[in-house]
Amino acid sequence: MHVVDGALSNPVVIGGAVLTLGGLALGLRRLPMEKIPVAGVLSATFFVASLVHVPIGPSSVHLIMNGLAGLVLGWAAFPALFVGLLLQAVFFGFGGVTVLGVNTFNIAMPAVIVGVILRRLVLSGTPATGAIWGAIGGAMAIALTTIFVALSLALTGEEFFAPAKLVFFAHIPVMVIEALLTGAAVYLARQVKPELFDVFEGARS
Amino acid sequence: MSGIPTITGTALPSNAPGHQTGWLAQLDPRARILCAVGFAVTVVTCDSFGTLVAAVAIALALLVASRLPPRQTLRRMVAMDSFILFMLILLPFTVPGEPILTIWGISASWEGLAQATRIALKANAVILALMALVGTMEPVVLGHALHSLRVPAGLVHLLMFTVRYIEVLRQEYMRLRLAMKARGFRPSTCWHTYRSVGYLLGMMLVRSVERSERIMDAMKCRGFTGHIPLMKRFCLSQNDIVFAALFSLLIVTLLVGEALHAAV
Repeated sequence: MHVVDGALSNPVVIGGAVLTLGGLALGLRRLPMEKIPVAGVLSATFFVASLVHVPIGPSSVHLIMNGLAGLVLGWAAFPALFVGLLLQAVFFGFGGVTVLGVNTFNIAMPAVIVGVILRRLVLSGTPATGAIWGAIGGAMAIALTTIFVALSLALTGEEFFAPAKLVFFAHIPVMVIEALLTGAAVYLARQVKPELFDVFEGARS
Repeated sequence: MSGIPTITGTALPSNAPGHQTGWLAQLDPRARILCAVGFAVTVVTCDSFGTLVAAVAIALALLVASRLPPRQTLRRMVAMDSFILFMLILLPFTVPGEPILTIWGISASWEGLAQATRIALKANAVILALMALVGTMEPVVLGHALHSLRVPAGLVHLLMFTVRYIEVLRQEYMRLRLAMKARGFRPSTCWHTYRSVGYLLGMMLVRSVERSERIMDAMKCRGFTGHIPLMKRFCLSQNDIVFAALFSLLIVTLLVGEALHAAV
């Protein structure tokens, strides 16, 4: 969900940039040099995942998977997703320049929130209960992202109220799909390599 | 081909031998980044149609100078998220003003149409200039240039590692997809598809972490001590200074045009 340049009002754009700078600072503090390779490889994985399309009825949607990113990366999701958005804007023309801050915040903050609240629950109990919490996280991240996008539009002007509501309701199927995929991915990771969720736990630079 | 998870257009640029580069690509990367950002901030603050059309013209000139494939680049410029398109189409109906036409009792206004057009012009001019000025850079050069523009080293290294492994992981994804296809997997709107693609992503994450462990071992083997030096140094040539000066002049001209228009 990339907002483009020129759509949002100046206070929203500046606010997004400031919040993203804060998030990046916090994220980079949890990324000492020895964690950079694993963060980079995971950031590349989420970049590739965002290019995957899954069918939904006659159409298809591309994945975001920010909930899963938050569960694995924690606060490091901020720099990791920022890098992905930067590369998408520069090389593929998705998103924009001045809205990079807003777009990063709208995708990365939900990831961090899901990671902070649900990581422990995802790791508790059997893999099946972990998968259910993972699915809740996947849906929650998309729901929060659409709410943040809708808020950035609504704060810009009342002519955007209707599109803002539309953004939320149009993304309900996406929430369901991301929930199912995140749940399945968590289930597999819990079975095969539960340490995946511990890579960034307690890392400080 | 609906219904098949596809993955397209992931190739990042590389300066392989025989790679076509225009004069724009010869300029100092730092100058190009700063010009693109300056252009973006300027265009976003402008509102008159004359200025915005001029901005699109500048972006198109940059596209020609960049020698990017024009058709593909313009398609990427125009492509926006569907919700942004919806928003632009809805704007004439949600902004109050003088009506143009009425559909089912809801009237579209000229003011709304003008606002939607303004947003479309701004968004396209900015993203096109960005792709022409910065998108022609090799991603590693982008990293070095950002570093010399005081972007924190951690973020630059993260960018470099991400760029390095996107293609590797895309191939891994294709391999896993091929393996699924060989076992008769056909995607559709069903629980089986979502579970399988979810497992696929989970498997990619697991393999990625294991890959990064091997990368770390290889780095330690080669004397990694927790610090990677970024050795590339840039120096401004006369051409860079001339380009930056002319481009700044263009930006100032846009701002003056905007101010004159606002004064009228």
